[in-house]
Amino acid sequence: MFADYSTAELGAIFAMQGFAGLILFSVFVLMALGLAIIFGQMGVINMAHGEFMILGAYVTYIVSNIFSAYMPGLFGAYFFVAMFLAFIASGALGLLVEWAMIRHLYKRPLDTLLATWGLSLILQQIYRSVFGAREVGVSIPDWMMGSLPLTDLIEIPINGIFVMVLAVSISLAVYIMMFRSTWGRQVRAINQNRVMAGAVGINTEWTDRLTFGIGCGVAGVAGSAFTMIGSTGPTAGQLYIVDTFLVVVFGGAASLLGTIASAFSISQAQSIMEFFLSGSMAKVITLLVVVGILMIRPQGLFALKLRK
Amino acid sequence: MSDKGKTNVSQGMSRRAMLAGGAALTGTLFMPKGLKAADYPTSAVNTTGLAVTDDTVTCGILHSITGTMAISETGSVQAEKLAIEQINAQGGILGRKIEYVQEDGASDWPTFAEKAKKLLVNDKVASVMGCWTSASRKAVLPVFEQYNGFLYYPTFYEGLEESPNVIYTGQEATQQIIAGLDWVNKEKGAKTFYLLGSDYIWPRTSNKIARKHIENFMDGCKVVGEEYYPLGHTQFNSVINKIRLKKPDVIYAIVVGGSNVAFYKQLTAAGIDPAAEKPLVLTISVTEDEIRGIGGENIAGSYACMKYFQSLQNENNLEFVKAFKEMWGEDIVIGDVTQAAYLGPWLWKAAVEKAGSFDVDKVRAAQVGIELPSAPEGYVKVHENHHLWSKTRVGKAQADGQYEVVFETADLVEPDPFPEGYQ
Amino acid sequence: MTLSNYMNRKELLGFVILAVVIFLVLPLALDTFRLNLFGKYLTYAFVAIGLALCWGAGGILSLGQGIFFGLGGYCMAMFLKLEASTPENTSIQSTPGIPDFMDWNQLTELPVWWQPFYSLGFTMLAVVMVPVVFAFIIGFAMFTRRVGGVYFAIITQAFAAILTILIIGQQGYTGGVNGITDLRTLMGWDIRTDEAKNILYFVNGVLLFAVLFVAQFVRKSKLGRLLIAMRDQEDRVRFSGYNVANFKIFIFCLGAAFAGIGGAMFTLQVGFMSPTLVGIVPSIEMVIFCAVGGRLSILGAVYGALLVNLAKTTFSEGFPELWLLGLGGLFIAVVMAFPNGLAGLWSEKVEPWIEKTLKKTKVAEAPGPNKAPAE
Repeated sequence: MFADYSTAELGAIFAMQGFAGLILFSVFVLMALGLAIIFGQMGVINMAHGEFMILGAYVTYIVSNIFSAYMPGLFGAYFFVAMFLAFIASGALGLLVEWAMIRHLYKRPLDTLLATWGLSLILQQIYRSVFGAREVGVSIPDWMMGSLPLTDLIEIPINGIFVMVLAVSISLAVYIMMFRSTWGRQVRAINQNRVMAGAVGINTEWTDRLTFGIGCGVAGVAGSAFTMIGSTGPTAGQLYIVDTFLVVVFGGAASLLGTIASAFSISQAQSIMEFFLSGSMAKVITLLVVVGILMIRPQGLFALKLRK
Repeated sequence: MSDKGKTNVSQGMSRRAMLAGGAALTGTLFMPKGLKAADYPTSAVNTTGLAVTDDTVTCGILHSITGTMAISETGSVQAEKLAIEQINAQGGILGRKIEYVQEDGASDWPTFAEKAKKLLVNDKVASVMGCWTSASRKAVLPVFEQYNGFLYYPTFYEGLEESPNVIYTGQEATQQIIAGLDWVNKEKGAKTFYLLGSDYIWPRTSNKIARKHIENFMDGCKVVGEEYYPLGHTQFNSVINKIRLKKPDVIYAIVVGGSNVAFYKQLTAAGIDPAAEKPLVLTISVTEDEIRGIGGENIAGSYACMKYFQSLQNENNLEFVKAFKEMWGEDIVIGDVTQAAYLGPWLWKAAVEKAGSFDVDKVRAAQVGIELPSAPEGYVKVHENHHLWSKTRVGKAQADGQYEVVFETADLVEPDPFPEGYQ
Repeated sequence: MTLSNYMNRKELLGFVILAVVIFLVLPLALDTFRLNLFGKYLTYAFVAIGLALCWGAGGILSLGQGIFFGLGGYCMAMFLKLEASTPENTSIQSTPGIPDFMDWNQLTELPVWWQPFYSLGFTMLAVVMVPVVFAFIIGFAMFTRRVGGVYFAIITQAFAAILTILIIGQQGYTGGVNGITDLRTLMGWDIRTDEAKNILYFVNGVLLFAVLFVAQFVRKSKLGRLLIAMRDQEDRVRFSGYNVANFKIFIFCLGAAFAGIGGAMFTLQVGFMSPTLVGIVPSIEMVIFCAVGGRLSILGAVYGALLVNLAKTTFSEGFPELWLLGLGGLFIAVVMAFPNGLAGLWSEKVEPWIEKTLKKTKVAEAPGPNKAPAE
């Protein structure tokens, strides 16, 4: 299939294809990080993860409308405000949900799945009643659209760079919080032994709530960022849930590093295969490989050894 | 193409009456007033136990208003309700007001089958306006055939079907595809095509027809790539790179739902501006409804091949758009399928009044040959194969989310659900 | 195992009540359309019973029961589709005699793996065995490596998602997103008529009771008690010398077999099979049926399936625009307020009340110290 092209063209295409894989990787990381925090650290299966993301997207939609109506001059910068507010909104909803629902269910982790499923149905219906059943169009500032022409052939989409930068900074932030802050130590202590953590004076209740809230907040930021590349509608959250869970499971549930490694391998495999095969087949083969590896290594790529 | 449809004067209802109705649009859309229920005793117009009383008749509305398909189907529900309200304002059908029972298919095909059965068996509705995806239509079809219901199906679809219990008010595939391909070839000199679609029956069948037409009927043209992505897929960077490599003249895209939004946003972001027409983007799956989600600035300059655009400048359509916005709000947009859904109740009314009966068998017999000179899309006529004769148009997407019509076929295009030479 | 070991009087009463409901009350109270709907709900009860065994007794929560339900259903649908696709019925196709969707996808001959489904015997075997083999592969890989709990749930969910994508993507062989539709006859018997639907309802009921008896047997056997022991203290069972993984694999396969039967009955009663029954959403809903019924109780599972589906239908008919709120609220309420579901409600609230009332009447009837013991 490459006979017709010059070496320069091929080089350019491979460079861009590599970049496409990196964008996909960033998207996966953004989707999965929030879930990895909640699921990996707390053992809560949050089926409403997609809906928390979409809340972020709707916040972005509202903010963009407010800016274009009242502060058109600052429109170029609204996205940063929107992402911050998306974090606050999804995080706040997360805190509320933890307080009202999740905290009663820590002893029954499987039940969190059912309760959050109910929650996701309710959230979808609320979005539909408030914003209408149709998709909403979020206008993106001009500077974030379009591409940077590196050479004649290589063009790098700006929103791709943006998503990548965002993925890296959020991963770093989560890493620092998890492994360099008091809160992170507390979360990990609780994860390892809740009773003992409580006994040495950690406020487990508040730490749990904060962890859940931060996980949801990260989901909100992801949703906000995805308005650049995907659709915003009441049920759009469901588009992400399968990939998200796969990435987390494949990585090994309790390991943040595993999540990132798994996002990287799945995204690279998928984007390489998409280039050589047709789209649907690439997806199916990727999934089958993931399943095959899960069969041999069901605990995922990186499994933490924990005392139960 | 033939214009048989225009020369056949409909029986039953005089053509003059219909044209008069069409001219005097305000208030009376299609029909002369004056049919009184008393002239049509219930025992005579309803011999099969349908939900018809002396002053009402019940129809069903069966669309997804929850789940992933609600995004698309909402417009159809709104159009059907508008048509019913307008018909009632004119005195209803045979002097009877239309009442409707609305059910939610919930984007789930077994639920569609269950609700269809409920409408036909429990509610005894005289007709049903409904379904959107082919899968939902396939699910309800046996129910309609078993209980002899009558369905008005609004979506453009892949064809390969002709049920006595369904009137297809949208286009079958050839009506939507062929004229558009010929147009880009003639007007834009396009020779090479890259076919792209979501992975299910409609895009696959449509692309099959497109490929046959390009290879067999368009001189020197060829398909340089054909690909499908799973429904709900949101990452198109790889295929965009492949398109760059192949440098086709036309990207022929039949991507649907949330994937649509992702595809066009990523296309623009990757530096392929549809407005530059290098390559040109031609689609049959993006109506004004979808553009709302995509954002006009991301798709401006693409071409879509449909039978209806909101921007059509004929009196019927101006009236229709005005009424639609009055009922559903100023910022609503109207897409091809929404208009096709709007035709359903009107076609039903015309057939019932021609038959002088609500009985499904009589309505079916009367339906063929029915003309609607006042359809927003201009003029349609029901073909023997239960599809509509209608024009094919090409529109160019504008940044404000509307299409500018750049081409329309001179004549009505004959529906051909089982096209010879395209199988 | 003696009969009284197999079923005590309370449980017997429960079985009798359910039998009366399914075989007398519902058929007498409902018209054919509603009865057929209940028939559809009961097919989900098969899955819920399997889940009550796996989850309630064994502590294994599978979010992939839709896989097994779907596989059973697809096996049945393939048989019925082949029967419906006679050369006469499909004469307008370019290749008559193969299912219509294959023709649309330019297949010119029947794939080899469809061939055995011309045989009803093979199909009936496949309805049970295909899900069981699948369950065995998944269960073997997971349980021998001691994967369980939440993690197992999510992996099964991933399998459900993958299978859906596979089915939709391979539409030439599976019917894709439309599913396998337009099924007509079973060995020449038209399954679309009202009489057929009524008969199928009763067949379904009888099969359901057969499954219930098997489930009851398993629960009361040594295996059932071991399962409960494993759920509560897996390591102690292991240290007592039992191979825990084998028991788990067995119960998981049994649940899959039940689900497969349910799926086949679904296909027969609804008249088609589609990938919307395989994926994540239906799989979770099936778990919810079981949770609403009370995860420990196999009878509760049946009532749970009936109740949730009835609620779904009623809410969505009454409030088509808002019914999801009611359904979501119901799930949350059940999890938060009634963790043991309907069965818990029954044994905590209703039973003590019945006993109390019974005692009162007895005391009133036969006062005095010479009263014979009640049991």
